[in-house]
Amino acid sequence: MILPFLIIIPLLAAFLITLISGERDNWAIVLSMLAEISLLALSLFSFFTTGNDTYVYEMSGWKIPLTICLVQDALSGFMLVIVNLIALTSLMFSISYIRQYSSPWKYYALFMLLITGMNGVIATGDIFNLFVFMEIALFSTYALVAFGGKAEEYEAAFKYAVMGSISSTLILFGIGILYSATSTLTMANIAAILPTINPQVVFWVGAIFMAGFGLKAAIIPFHAWLPDAHSSAPAPISAMLSGVLIKALGVYVMVRVFFNMFGGLSVFNNIFMVLGAISIMIGVLLALGQWDFKRLLAYHSISQIGYIILGFGLANTLGILGAVFHLLNHALFKSLLFYNAGSVEMVIGTRNLKKMGNMTKILPVTSFTSMVASLSIAGMPPFNGFFSKLIIIMAAIQAGHPVFAFWAVLGSLFTLASFMKVQRYGFRGKNKIEKSEKSISSMMKSAMIILAVLCVVTSALIIPCIREVTLDPVVAVIMNKTGYIQAVIGR
Amino acid sequence: MIVYILCFTLLLVGIYGALTKRDLIKIILSLGIMGYAVNLMIILFAYREGGSFAILVKDGINSNMVDPLPQALILTSIVIELGITAMLVALSIRLFQKYKTFDITKIRRLSG
Repeated sequence: MILPFLIIIPLLAAFLITLISGERDNWAIVLSMLAEISLLALSLFSFFTTGNDTYVYEMSGWKIPLTICLVQDALSGFMLVIVNLIALTSLMFSISYIRQYSSPWKYYALFMLLITGMNGVIATGDIFNLFVFMEIALFSTYALVAFGGKAEEYEAAFKYAVMGSISSTLILFGIGILYSATSTLTMANIAAILPTINPQVVFWVGAIFMAGFGLKAAIIPFHAWLPDAHSSAPAPISAMLSGVLIKALGVYVMVRVFFNMFGGLSVFNNIFMVLGAISIMIGVLLALGQWDFKRLLAYHSISQIGYIILGFGLANTLGILGAVFHLLNHALFKSLLFYNAGSVEMVIGTRNLKKMGNMTKILPVTSFTSMVASLSIAGMPPFNGFFSKLIIIMAAIQAGHPVFAFWAVLGSLFTLASFMKVQRYGFRGKNKIEKSEKSISSMMKSAMIILAVLCVVTSALIIPCIREVTLDPVVAVIMNKTGYIQAVIGR
Repeated sequence: MIVYILCFTLLLVGIYGALTKRDLIKIILSLGIMGYAVNLMIILFAYREGGSFAILVKDGINSNMVDPLPQALILTSIVIELGITAMLVALSIRLFQKYKTFDITKIRRLSG
């Protein structure tokens, strides 16, 4: 019964914000914070009470397959926690950051629509409904990327919107083919019918979905829009885009479709592995040459998504555990790094690493948390990134692909090198920057500190007794593949 | 069969236009063509030879009717496409104000 509220609350908040906020953004902030805190509480509660069960909510009293259903299992609960956790910190960061721009209340309305879209994509069990929620999320993203109103931002938003609508059209095409082959739109029913019909359908639709959702997840041949869009957006939105949007719309849906609907065919797993390995290396090599801080971080998103996709492609328990764990970790440290970039840009007005320097004096909290995040993303113990990468590398060896394991280690070393560059030239550079009169607010600091603490704390998820209640149910849902059918329609 | 092939050709025309045209407006139109092709395809999936419209008949079940669900899906997708097109046109107006051109190859301040 919690699930519909995860969609209703942000949608209601979005419309209320446009109705009641005037010139000032006070009411918008209060409403969106209230909505987001309640969403985080609801999603945490539902994740910890779900365990290994599956709950299905059938809308407006109809029964499956006539209705649109919302499905909650451990995987969707886990994703909802990630989305709403990052969204809450992002809102905390936004409060003073967004006051730089004109009419900030529009920002909060769009932000709430973005949350609606992502929560809907994760919660829904109906493939056309998934498409609709995906469009809601993308729609608000196009507007939010262009929110700053500079020429570069419009350019990035236009490129992103063109790529996004091409991929959405492809996805709609795939949904149409699936519907004509199975005469149903409920994902569990489709999964139940697919083995009885011509297997060619799965391959064709799989290819179309691989392109469509791969574009949303920014895996390497489909990555061209990501560095522009993610580096041009306002910093809290970059954190939302890199931290959760590419995972909710890209990786999560791919896992749902390819594992729970198509049953984890080995041909798609091999594609996952190869694309993941290519993404790891090309993403990090492109990042090495960047001097724009946010652009560098955007390229690292491609590389880290590569690790996640590689882990899912290995398709053994260890690999999926690592991928799920890395999904959480990447959301935490990448959002934190974008907040760091945002606060540096706000205080000294540049993102160029060559023009930064001496930041430990001016922004002590920012440079300390950026150190934590850099060590996490580079995979240094005892931070969370180390454990998830280690699990993925171990899984690659266990699955009999030592080449991929070596490849992942190599990618990790390059990541370390590029973040040493960030620390050496950026935060601890030789430039003597004078103390600026601008400063970052305590809410921004607390958002960064929360995420930095979580970067250390989440490495405890690897301890077996904690892992059993958090990560293991999620892995069980993905490993169980078409057990999803039984869980949804066989009750 | 020929209608499906024509429909797929229309989709390819749209993709070709979106990938090769340099004018912002032509890109937007190509995206529209892609959308129409997919909508048409889904409507064709619902078509039944000699089928009637999908309402309940007085006694019993209407055995030969056109599938009504894809029509509902297409309505939703048309509305979404309307929104996307409006957004893209608004963005291209802003881009024209900033760059004084509709040529996508000249709109490249972001690179690398």
